[in-house]
Amino acid sequence: MVPDDRKYTQEHEWILIEDGVGMIGVTDFAAGELGDVVFVELPEPGSEFSQGDTVGTIESVKAVADLFLPVSGEIVEINEAVVDTPELVNSDPMDEGWLFKVKLSDISEADQLMDAAAYGELLGG
Amino acid sequence: MSEPTNLKSTPLTDWHQQHGGKMVPFAGFSMPVQYEGVLAEHACVRERVGLFDITHMGEIFVSGPGAEAWIDGLVTNRVTGIPTGKIVYNAMCRPDGGVLDDMLVYRLGETEWLIVCNASNHAKISGWLEKNLPADGVDLDDQSDQTALIAVQGPDSRELLCRLGALADRAHEVEALKFYTAFTHEGPAGRWIVSRTGYTGEHGYELYLPNGDAVAIWEELLTRGEDLGVAPIGLAARDTLRFEVCYCLYGHELEEDITPLEAGIGWAVKLKKDDFVGRQALLMQKSEGIPRRIVCLEITGRGIARQGARVLYQGQDVGLVTSGTFSPTLKKPLAMALVEAAISEGELAVDIRGRTIACRIISFPFLSARTKGDPRSERMLP
Repeated sequence: MVPDDRKYTQEHEWILIEDGVGMIGVTDFAAGELGDVVFVELPEPGSEFSQGDTVGTIESVKAVADLFLPVSGEIVEINEAVVDTPELVNSDPMDEGWLFKVKLSDISEADQLMDAAAYGELLGG
Repeated sequence: MSEPTNLKSTPLTDWHQQHGGKMVPFAGFSMPVQYEGVLAEHACVRERVGLFDITHMGEIFVSGPGAEAWIDGLVTNRVTGIPTGKIVYNAMCRPDGGVLDDMLVYRLGETEWLIVCNASNHAKISGWLEKNLPADGVDLDDQSDQTALIAVQGPDSRELLCRLGALADRAHEVEALKFYTAFTHEGPAGRWIVSRTGYTGEHGYELYLPNGDAVAIWEELLTRGEDLGVAPIGLAARDTLRFEVCYCLYGHELEEDITPLEAGIGWAVKLKKDDFVGRQALLMQKSEGIPRRIVCLEITGRGIARQGARVLYQGQDVGLVTSGTFSPTLKKPLAMALVEAAISEGELAVDIRGRTIACRIISFPFLSARTKGDPRSERMLP
């Protein structure tokens, strides 16, 4: 089941938007594909990026994946817990394994993202 | 997802797919890269015992009155005069000293030998052996397609192997089997080779079986080892396990443009023995000075240096990372790199996707092997 409280990207990230601030993480599918995550590099709070920018990396024992910003804005918080305990990305990617928060500079960008139904289809129904 | 359909399978391929194995193409085979997860599988082998399907390896039997001298002329280590049951680690080189492959050579009898090569180099080695075959006195018999290979690795591997029904009468021989020795055994479907070898740095065995015995023995090992916590282990953990004890992997630390002296396996090169292919070049390299060497790096900054990452000394390129990952046992990013031999201390860094990250050379290996002696001995840490 894909939770319907948030939006999704082609890069298998999720964004949960509340009061103009989006919490971002990778999906269950992405975490499973990566395997055991051992290292997370997150953007500096206060830095500003555009939609689609590469803002960090997430590394498993075997692979490296870039983190993309689903919406333009300013990084307002990072999940320090996941920096110290990267396995949170595997154990709870949709909640405690969140990665960072962004203050959206253009709330309409969120409309371009997939809803749960569309993302479910991307995963093959 | 589409996958190449012409991949070879092993007798255990269906089992892997039915038991959660994530299959990937590897050296022309469909092989399991992981089951439960690389970290859990890695720990299973370091702490308990794990099973690996490594049937993709090549098994080439060599026989005849000329076999002993002929093999010795193609490999870097000395195989002449070894007793039946002894195994020797070797490189096979080109005339210029570059490594064609690394391999195990088994003496199975007075005139019977077995060469075990990497799957990725199997065709190349077959071709090289054929090309160098004398007119008579040596016969080659490639049994790779008929031979399954199961590795049983970890501190509880001896206990587990002794429980196999087919080896019940020979448990005392399993108990007594020394590192880098083997014995043959008549199994249900034909001859087995029980070998005290491995690629994990732990006490372990490798079982060469006729294909027909593979599934039953694999399942019996899992059943009989349930109380020991045995689990199937994928190729990803095989790589992290060998990496921590700094065993060379062809395509990483070994290549055709790397000599065994550079790769740090000079202990397997006997320059004083009779001539062998590559000897003159290696003698010359040794006398002129070995230009590069493999070093162990600890990444002290934040990042994981992987194969191909540039190594920088005071900002200048001095080599490349050959293998690098996050060490599951030592819990930090480590790397092996091939660098200019003069580099020892000082301002070292690796370029990780455009970022310069500090590192330092540490002693070899990252983790000491427990292949001999007490399988649960305390490890010496760097």
